[in-house]
Amino acid sequence: MVGKKKKKGSKTVVNIVLGIICVIWLLPTLGLFVSSFRPAADILQTGWWKVFPHQEWKAGDTIQLSKDVDLRGPIEVNGKTYTDDQLKAGVKADDSRLIWENRRARTVNSQEQGWKVKPDLTLDNYNNVLTGKEYKLKEADGSETIQKGTGLSQAFWNTLTIAVPATVIPVLIASFAAYAFAWLRFPGRKTLFVIIIAMLVIPIQVALIPVLKDYTALGLNGSYLGIWLAHTAFGLPLVTYFMYNFISQLPKDLFESAFMDGASHFTIFSKLILPLSVPALASIGIFQFLWVWNDYLVSLIFIGNQPSVQVMSMKIADLVGSRGNDWHLLTSAAFISMLMPLAIFFLLQKYFVRGLMGGSIKG
Amino acid sequence: MAQTKQRVSLRAVLLSIGILLANIVVNGLIFMFFRDSTINPLLTAVLAVLWGVLGVYLIYYTLTWAVEQYPDYIRKRVLPYVFIGPAVIILGWLLVLPALRTLYLSFFDASSEKFVGLSNYAAIFTDHLMATALRNNLLWVFVGTLACVTFGLLIAILADRSSYEKLAKSIIFMPMAISFVAAGVIWKFIYYYQPGDSQIGLFNAIVTYFGGEPQAWTSMIQPWNNFFLIIILIWMQTGFAMVIFSAAIKGVPEDIMEAARVDGAKEVSIFFKIMIPYISATILTVTTTIIVFTLKIFDVVMVMTGGQYDTEVVATQFYRQFFMYRNFGYGSTLAIVLLIAVLPVIIINLRQFRKQGGF
Repeated sequence: MVGKKKKKGSKTVVNIVLGIICVIWLLPTLGLFVSSFRPAADILQTGWWKVFPHQEWKAGDTIQLSKDVDLRGPIEVNGKTYTDDQLKAGVKADDSRLIWENRRARTVNSQEQGWKVKPDLTLDNYNNVLTGKEYKLKEADGSETIQKGTGLSQAFWNTLTIAVPATVIPVLIASFAAYAFAWLRFPGRKTLFVIIIAMLVIPIQVALIPVLKDYTALGLNGSYLGIWLAHTAFGLPLVTYFMYNFISQLPKDLFESAFMDGASHFTIFSKLILPLSVPALASIGIFQFLWVWNDYLVSLIFIGNQPSVQVMSMKIADLVGSRGNDWHLLTSAAFISMLMPLAIFFLLQKYFVRGLMGGSIKG
Repeated sequence: MAQTKQRVSLRAVLLSIGILLANIVVNGLIFMFFRDSTINPLLTAVLAVLWGVLGVYLIYYTLTWAVEQYPDYIRKRVLPYVFIGPAVIILGWLLVLPALRTLYLSFFDASSEKFVGLSNYAAIFTDHLMATALRNNLLWVFVGTLACVTFGLLIAILADRSSYEKLAKSIIFMPMAISFVAAGVIWKFIYYYQPGDSQIGLFNAIVTYFGGEPQAWTSMIQPWNNFFLIIILIWMQTGFAMVIFSAAIKGVPEDIMEAARVDGAKEVSIFFKIMIPYISATILTVTTTIIVFTLKIFDVVMVMTGGQYDTEVVATQFYRQFFMYRNFGYGSTLAIVLLIAVLPVIIINLRQFRKQGGF
């Protein structure tokens, strides 16, 4: 009995500690998410946590001082004296706060504390970041400036255009190869497979310079085809290894009976193996897709600064460099780029985790 | 089966040569079409998927069909190479040969014209910028990996004993899904610094709330700014370690731990004496995976600081030398240094493969 009680108590502690860790892990993303819906001026003035209900000083009565008050000396308001600096920053007096309303006209505002519940949220940021149109931005001091959007929607489609073929092609090619490595016997089989395993963890940097030279010679730079092929090559070792592990574990009888019926290897592969491998194909396909979707380095090298082909990660990285303080654009752009991975993560978590664990074998 | 060796018919030879040529020509045309096409990107994508699935499939289909025109003993020999052919060609062209060419280039000067022996390698360890990159990368590997593995294990154990395991694991694992560039934006916002009292960056807001001085975390206080970048890696990769550890922990037999508890062992000693040894293989795998990953870290540094303020790592320095300074000698050498760093892992992988039976 005593032991059980103790266990229950420790479980509460575990729940609380884990809860704190989870909140810490969630806060960064939450901050980005909330900020992406706030008006541009608000983001720069107050922290994103202010959208939640909180106490705030609100304008109250205006107190008119006599016009000839000397700002350099002590200033008398409601029987107490303050300095100019104090009134500039706001100074507490009883329940209210005194602050200059209009220093030149000598008016002081007596602010009162109250709850602010309704946050100002807007979809403007998303509009502005997706289109390349110009838009007006209201600054904190009331002035307006004209800014240009970023045209992220083009980059979104570019990313999709690159990611889908760069997933399908390597997965198909690797599956054929994996089948041959698993079930066919041929000279050079072992050597070739050893090379594939050696390539699993190879840093792609070792390939970039020569490949870029070849691409320049072939005119493949900045083309979709070039980047598909690059992603195919860099993904192939892992996908082949992953598919090999799956296909080689399939029962041997399966093949023997199919062979008895006179089926060719091609038929066995496409009619038997591929349908059986759907879970594995989904797992590694998702892994490869997200890898390409989130990639920055490969696009940076092979796309360069061709705006018509640029992917989202490049666009966002450019934004960080050129408009690092435009948080209304940065936060919404980053969130748009996260939409696809997050959707896949929440909808296909089982395959996602399996693909990642398969990817971990390469360690 | 009376005849042991069938004759190869002329028809089969002509057919197979024709099919091979047709494949080369057709795919060559498709290649040129995609290279030069300026049509709508979405349409390109659809066509590419069609080609990627149907076209690639057709290559295999026609080639195997051609091989099947030959007698059995030839077919058996050639067929495997049709299956692995495309993979081998692409890997050879874009990964294996380039690696060798990079090794070759690393012995030449900036414009790849003059042979300079090992002087590029010597420069890497003496040049201030490159030495900083090496130091920072070691910092990343050591601190980042240690933190990811420790937190991953800790959270896996906590989650295992909590009443909302699945939810907690989802939350910790989620950052794994997003890109380093997006994560860079997230954390740049957290570290954001502006002079004055009101701070919109969470980090500085907390610091000022407790009466501290706000800081520009990623640019000032070198070399500690590197740690603030490493935190991003920890935030993203701990989930990976946790998921793997979580699966491993569930494999530790409950009765052994129960027996130890009955004998009066404390939870802490159960953890160190039973659980850790039991999952040591998993710990090793996770550690090497994260080390390999961290060695190649690039995106975070590029987005957060661009390598300024002494935060350069090997991969960003590689990019700078290769892409900005056009120094192919230094660039290749840095790539080879990365390769040498992962060499032990490659050897471990190959040994593992042989131990598991190889073929």
